[in-house]
Amino acid sequence: MKVKMLSRNPDNYVRETKLDLQRVPRNYDPTLHPFEVPREYVRALNATKLERVFAKPFLASLDGHRDGVNCLAKHPKSLATVLSGACDGEVRIWNLTKRKCIRTIQAHEGFVRGICTRFCGTSFFTVGDDKTVKQWKMDGPSCGEEEEPLHTILGKTVYTGIDHHWKEGIFATCGQQVDIWDEQRTNPICSMTWGFDSISSVKFNPIETFLLGSCASDRNIVLYDMRQATPLKKVILDMRTNTIGWNPMEAFIFTAANEDYNLYTFDMRALDTPVMVHMDHVSAVLDVDYSPTGKEFVSASFDKSIRIFPVDKSRSREVYHTKRMQHVICVKWTSDSKYIMCGSDEMNIRLWKANASEKLGVLTSREKAATDYNQKLKEKFQHHPHIKRISRHRHLPKSIYSQIQEQRIMKEARRRKELNRIKHSKPGSVRIVSEKKKHIVAVVK
Amino acid sequence: METAPKPGSDVPPKKDRPQAKRKKPRRYWEEETTPTAAGASPGRPRKQKNREPRPQKSKSAPIQKKPRFSRKPQVLKKPQEWKSPGPQRSLSGAQDPFAGPAPVPVEVVRKFRRIDKSKKLPPSKSKAQSRLEAAEAEEEEISVKAARSELLLAEEPGFLEGEDGEDTARIRQADIVEAVDIASAAKHFDLNLRQFGPYRLNYSRTGRHLALGGRRGHVAALDWVTKKLMCEINVMEAVRDIRFLHSEALLAVAQNRWLHIYDNQGIELHCVRRCDRITRLEFLPFHFLLATASETGFLTYLDVSVGKIVAALNARAGRLDVMTQNPYNAVVHLGHSNGTVSLWSPAMKEPLAKILCHRGGVRAVAVDPTGTHMATSGLDHQLKIFDLRGTFQPLSARTLPQGAGHLAFSQRGLLAAGLGDVVNIWAGSGAASGPSLERPYLTHRLAGHVHGLQFCPFEDVLGVGHSGGVTSMLVPGAAEPNFDGLESNPYRSRKQRQEWEVKALLEKVPAELICLDPRALAEVDVVSLEQEKKERIERLGYDPEAKAPFQPKPKQKGRSSTASLVKRKKKVMDEEHRDKVRQSLKQQQQQKQEKAKPTGARPSALDRFVR
Repeated sequence: MKVKMLSRNPDNYVRETKLDLQRVPRNYDPTLHPFEVPREYVRALNATKLERVFAKPFLASLDGHRDGVNCLAKHPKSLATVLSGACDGEVRIWNLTKRKCIRTIQAHEGFVRGICTRFCGTSFFTVGDDKTVKQWKMDGPSCGEEEEPLHTILGKTVYTGIDHHWKEGIFATCGQQVDIWDEQRTNPICSMTWGFDSISSVKFNPIETFLLGSCASDRNIVLYDMRQATPLKKVILDMRTNTIGWNPMEAFIFTAANEDYNLYTFDMRALDTPVMVHMDHVSAVLDVDYSPTGKEFVSASFDKSIRIFPVDKSRSREVYHTKRMQHVICVKWTSDSKYIMCGSDEMNIRLWKANASEKLGVLTSREKAATDYNQKLKEKFQHHPHIKRISRHRHLPKSIYSQIQEQRIMKEARRRKELNRIKHSKPGSVRIVSEKKKHIVAVVK
Repeated sequence: METAPKPGSDVPPKKDRPQAKRKKPRRYWEEETTPTAAGASPGRPRKQKNREPRPQKSKSAPIQKKPRFSRKPQVLKKPQEWKSPGPQRSLSGAQDPFAGPAPVPVEVVRKFRRIDKSKKLPPSKSKAQSRLEAAEAEEEEISVKAARSELLLAEEPGFLEGEDGEDTARIRQADIVEAVDIASAAKHFDLNLRQFGPYRLNYSRTGRHLALGGRRGHVAALDWVTKKLMCEINVMEAVRDIRFLHSEALLAVAQNRWLHIYDNQGIELHCVRRCDRITRLEFLPFHFLLATASETGFLTYLDVSVGKIVAALNARAGRLDVMTQNPYNAVVHLGHSNGTVSLWSPAMKEPLAKILCHRGGVRAVAVDPTGTHMATSGLDHQLKIFDLRGTFQPLSARTLPQGAGHLAFSQRGLLAAGLGDVVNIWAGSGAASGPSLERPYLTHRLAGHVHGLQFCPFEDVLGVGHSGGVTSMLVPGAAEPNFDGLESNPYRSRKQRQEWEVKALLEKVPAELICLDPRALAEVDVVSLEQEKKERIERLGYDPEAKAPFQPKPKQKGRSSTASLVKRKKKVMDEEHRDKVRQSLKQQQQQKQEKAKPTGARPSALDRFVR
């Protein structure tokens, strides 16, 4: 007879002294871990609930401006520095870690229309209603000196926007036409027009740095190549586009913030159909900015809210609002992709977390592992109705909520009418136009 | 993933030949002899490495591509069969003879595999398809990793083998006790408790604690390893059944009238009057549900974490006194006097399934921990084993001289049956194959009639409650040798138990999720998916995912005449049409074949009426 009994030595399973860690032998055999899926589901449910509990995105409000904040700019080198221009011509530089204004400049008479920093971070440019472009030093004047711009360019018309080249000393302004300037000269290198209309914003492509996009009030988005004298092509939409934002990771993708409450993500190579139509705002979208990861962007709207959209989703994943925040005019995603800043009508700049329930500060490795695990669980069970309902639930102000309902009814009525029209006309005579194509009027090359 | 035929290790690459003559500096620990034959020793790749400074360059890459696991389980014994990846070079020049990750046997990997590839999913878009493929690949990798982690398990299971021709069933407990070490021998004991007569018993989930309930009111709980008594009381009422709740601190006792809950000091915490005349108790540890079967024919689920009754189901089959749970999916099995076993979940008013098992009443039911086998015994003296995976068909049956009154499965798939005052234990070749009923593995005669049976988790011990007391039997090879410290740890401290309790309560599975397939929650809900799609098409008035009709692209100047456009369009349409016809023909042929099969065995005169 040969016999062996299971006989464990307790010394191998119990810690020796109280100072040791407890010994935890693991065996991953599935029969020892029954109900794997239901238990994971419950964990995912708990994680989703906790996420909503901890969703406190609002961090700080920077107040000090004496008129609505009209434009924002990030510092290219310092995460803590932000520049803002207000409707009374004042430019302020803020320190985000201290949450304080570190410098105030009366830059223009009338609005500061645009502000942008030089790629090296030593100076910045502003344009205003007083038909000037001014270049300023980033550091304040030394003791006894007066606050004066480095350069001032007097133009003939009002400039409505400005953007700086990402690598060279070149910047572009827009107004009646798109002008491209060398920093050293007082006359533009070239100016491009296509039709006669006021252009509201111009943006350099961060990857293909010779490309620019602009949008004008005759409802079109025009793309330019700096190396050519003429614009590349344009797309005409149903309504006016307020501004565009380039994807910092995919050179040919940009998103347009439109007056018709939607945002359109275009592929530059095929402008006739947008890649995605982002709907959720209930009023005109005023500004858009991409996250440095290129996976998401944030949009500011006249409906007093900002929303975060994934690039490949048509619905927003997050909406931020406060009682006191009025029409949001400008928004920026910080370069560490963790925070969002927005400047609004009621003179404040607000700082938000990009991920509402994220814990700030240094995480211990166990905390990090736990959040990673929870994230994965949430992802795995995101389509289960119970979890989906909880994770999608947002409180909305009454005005936005009722507007959403109203617009839903209107959309439903339109769809019903369309269906009836199809039903009662000759088959094939009514063309079904997809939502994406509906808003594109024409593409001109 | 397959074990590709590998030209690698034993045939030296040709490019080595010209350099082979050069005498090389040799370390003293390297072999002196140069390999002569093609079938070389493990020293071979070492030479190759010395010649080739960077062997992992792209030239040799396809040869050295290494499969994740091999098909042969015994591969561990033959190092020369191991796939040699690019030999690792260490600072000292010594070479790892077992380079690369350890190979993993296929069966072990299969144990950890979670995705069932045999199930067909509805066709999805390419994006979802690619995501699915990525998930599957990841899953495969994870199962390989998990299988590899089995190397780290510390303990080996026990066994009992007779010498040639010796029947293990003849081996007596006294012999086993004599042969094993002192610590194991101490696990065999008899409690002589004739006074309070036949005993029910229950081990806690960690296998550390034992609760006894005598018919005449004796209730005791003890740490049976150290033999330390936790409490001993007499409830002055008949005790029908006894169960530990989620931890050893709480004890549910089915008394003559009501259900009572005691703590480990013997203090009565609750008297649940809504559960009356209980005959059997089952505790579902992950759902925190106490399932009770009563004389009145009700199956009642009590949520012990909040103290609410979740469901009270009328089985409509008279007195219920045969009950067990399926540890794999928490479905409760009830045996009835008409020979059926019904499967219950608290979410359904009706049984999930009814299985006709015996010609007489069912006396005992047991389900093995993997949820694949169910053993039943009936008044017809039969002992049957059923397959629980979908078909509910009997796999094997055996007539016993007096029929089994109690059944229990161990963690490694041993089946114990109480036949009067004898306990028989059957073993199979493995946990997956189920016990073979041909000849018993062990038998033991007790001092009285068996009244309760349970294998102790994580110990090679079978606890038997009988009319003469309680016996703890040694059954080598019954238990899972390696426990998981985070799931149920026999050596846990109080602090660990408290932490585990909080975690377990946080992830309490809702009672509604109990169903036959516990993985159903992670599968694609095809029915509602199709329903949704249909509704969407109805709402939109067209199918947005339908394939657009072919529209020929305009070609260069002069080649895009109307005639050529029509021609091209027609060509594509014809091709599609041909494909369709081909497919339908194939389907027709398949149907014909399927029809032909069943009648092929033996034509009957009545076949002519079959259409």
